[in-house]
Amino acid sequence: MLRRSTRPFSVATRLAKWNEIPLAPPDKILGISEAFQKDTNSKKINLGVGAYRDNSGKPIVFPSVKKAETVLLEKETDKEYTGIIGSKKYQDSVRNFIFNNSGKDASGAQLIKEGRIVTAQTISGTGSLRVIADFLKRFNSAQNIIVPKPTWANHVAVFTDAGLSADFYAYYDKENNDLDFANLKKSISDAADESVILLHACCHNPTGMDLTPEQWEEVLAIIEQKKLFPLVDMAYQGFASGSPYKDIGLIRRLNELVQEGKIPTYALCQSFAKNMGLYGERTGSISIIAESGSQAKAIESQLKKLIRPMYSNPPIHGSRIVETIFSDENLLSEWLADLDSVVGRLNVVRDKLYQKLDKTNYNWDHLLKQRGMFIYTGLSAEQVIELREKYSVYATEDGRFSISGVNEHNVDYLADAINQVIKK
Amino acid sequence: MASYFTEIKQLPPDPLFGLKARYTADPRSDKVDLGIGAYRDNNGKPWILPAVRGAEKKLIESPGYNHEYLGISGYEPFLTAAAEVILGANSRAISESAIVSQQSLSGTGALHLVAVFLNEFFAGNKTVYLSKPTWANHHSVFLSAGLKVDTYPYWDAENKKLDIEGFVSTIQNAPQGSIILLHPCAHNPTGLDPTPAEWNRILDAIAERKHLPIFDSAYQGFASGSLEKDAASIRTAIDSGKISSPIFVCQSFAKNVGMYGERVGALHVILPAGESAESKETLKSAIKSQLNKLTRSEISNPPAYGAKIVATVLTDPESRKQWEEDLVTMSSRIIKMRNELKLKLIGLGTPGTWDHITNQTGMFSFTGLTPDMAERLEKVHGVYLMSSGRASVAGLNDGNVDKVARAFDEVIRFCSKSKL
Repeated sequence: MLRRSTRPFSVATRLAKWNEIPLAPPDKILGISEAFQKDTNSKKINLGVGAYRDNSGKPIVFPSVKKAETVLLEKETDKEYTGIIGSKKYQDSVRNFIFNNSGKDASGAQLIKEGRIVTAQTISGTGSLRVIADFLKRFNSAQNIIVPKPTWANHVAVFTDAGLSADFYAYYDKENNDLDFANLKKSISDAADESVILLHACCHNPTGMDLTPEQWEEVLAIIEQKKLFPLVDMAYQGFASGSPYKDIGLIRRLNELVQEGKIPTYALCQSFAKNMGLYGERTGSISIIAESGSQAKAIESQLKKLIRPMYSNPPIHGSRIVETIFSDENLLSEWLADLDSVVGRLNVVRDKLYQKLDKTNYNWDHLLKQRGMFIYTGLSAEQVIELREKYSVYATEDGRFSISGVNEHNVDYLADAINQVIKK
Repeated sequence: MASYFTEIKQLPPDPLFGLKARYTADPRSDKVDLGIGAYRDNNGKPWILPAVRGAEKKLIESPGYNHEYLGISGYEPFLTAAAEVILGANSRAISESAIVSQQSLSGTGALHLVAVFLNEFFAGNKTVYLSKPTWANHHSVFLSAGLKVDTYPYWDAENKKLDIEGFVSTIQNAPQGSIILLHPCAHNPTGLDPTPAEWNRILDAIAERKHLPIFDSAYQGFASGSLEKDAASIRTAIDSGKISSPIFVCQSFAKNVGMYGERVGALHVILPAGESAESKETLKSAIKSQLNKLTRSEISNPPAYGAKIVATVLTDPESRKQWEEDLVTMSSRIIKMRNELKLKLIGLGTPGTWDHITNQTGMFSFTGLTPDMAERLEKVHGVYLMSSGRASVAGLNDGNVDKVARAFDEVIRFCSKSKL
């Protein structure tokens, strides 16, 4: 097993193939943050980060979250391990919040009653995607997933590192800055039967462009016909409308289809990173809708088996905040109001930016159709680089701007910079 | 209609969770839980360390407090302080800047990272040697990452002591360049640790055979009350410079900071002495980037809260002083309970020898009780421990140690008699 090394004096290189460890490429978004930190221009703007900033460009702690933390500080009596898939209280809170939808989702409520929904606390959205990827690798007949093009930069790595093969389906028309619905339908129809299909529940990342209810119907019909396995990623629940209860039309519709027996099962990855501002606390969940209550129990036992050797059990600080908020009506309505005001600010600056952009030679109407934390500008990589080099405006080269970095104080500067770059 | 997942079988519950469920359901008011792997105070209650409470208050009330994402490697002030506490401020690894640290989901997360990393990049014998017995999760952590697993003898059941000869000779006979997992202190589940002289023999054998050691440090400071003493084996391995392989240290703050559920831990990769500065930097960057890549596709970035608390506990002088006192509070209570249990068993004239209870350290005692004794303890006396005979000493207190000793005495006499 021992290998010859080009550096014979290093025992490490003889024993391990250290010298063969390639340098993995740095994360693109983090690279932008680093360059931004180093920039000395006082007018610099960071549009790379997917975390909320207030009108003065600062991170916030949701006031409702802060209150929940104060409650915990006073009342918490232990820091013990939670279960492998989190506490029953957390699972019930999340399941009720999403699938019962404040009493408005009869099909979801019925699925809960029948014990057909397995919910496990996970390491935020990424952790839930990884757990379902590992699970599908072990138990699903199809070993491939199709994801929209474009999609969140980490999606493909999560699935392929788990051993699934990933391919794209058409989603966005860059020429016209619009959803490419005809090709979307066509490429889904062309996928192998029973493939796993990744769907963004709302506020598609990075384009911000979602399907209409009518378009979802058409897609769901194809999914039913081709027996695709829907894997829904819901990272921005509440960021489309301001209300988390309104942004889950897709989930409610899927629950109906499951009850009607048209789609036997699906899975939902969800996190409180954005809508509760719990980013770094890594608080999320995976839910799998089983075909029966007994199958749900089997799935749950297998999820535990899968998670136990990975990290034993998930972190409790964020999940206890969630439990605290969902078990106190006042805190719950406070949180809903906090979220609504966050989304409200994003919509205000989105409109302001739209108004100030020069529309003589460039159609900016897509800005008004897009929802969530991002705008997908349609600017070319060259234009993004020019914005960075000439104006200290930092964004990823796919032209995705995090609108949370925009505020009343810098929106004029930003619009001017974009107008200048586009004029050329 | 497509049918999915038809091959999924329901698995039996984890034995420890089953034990806990039976304990919870037991209506007897004087039942005793010796299954738990978490500290209990003298009233049998969970204990949030005063140092942690203080740090939490400081943190939450500090003006810059937020819930932003950490970098993929984790919280840098935590990583620096964590390396220093386990390796020692004067460590060769620190002065030579020979460490790559990655924050992990406590000890399990660190072990998992090592396992996946070695499976991808290790060119030696991809077999991990585990002590027999070891923590119940060790096997599946390494097997699920694709590595092979073998064992070295550890517990001499007949004499209730360490089988040091079997341990050392297995290391010597393992294929050169194998992976050896070591418990630096408070061996789980036996509670029995090698002496400093025995550690030297173990480390010499590892060095001689060019094995790669992984230290799984789950109880630093919890075993003896001294951070230095409980890390001595790791520090000897690194500072002696005799081990030519990189050394992996998996560090958990679950027990010693009492932050079980916050999942605070780190993986430290320590490069061997004698690497040139240039090759060291190249290696460090490559290792760091690959650990980042693995982390990114599994969890994106590690949880912030616990890491910030531990960083405060380790670096804020007032919190640090409190913590070192808290460690002594926990370890001395456990040592006291070991003594009392032993003295009571001797006083009752219980068949067998009981020195091993006080020779063992940390949370657990490997009592030597057999599965049928454990079963009878549970049924007749309401005393719950693992069928392996592992008892969590943290479950003992002034109010129940007498009952537990009498219960041990009864089941040992009963089961020994029925065997005759």
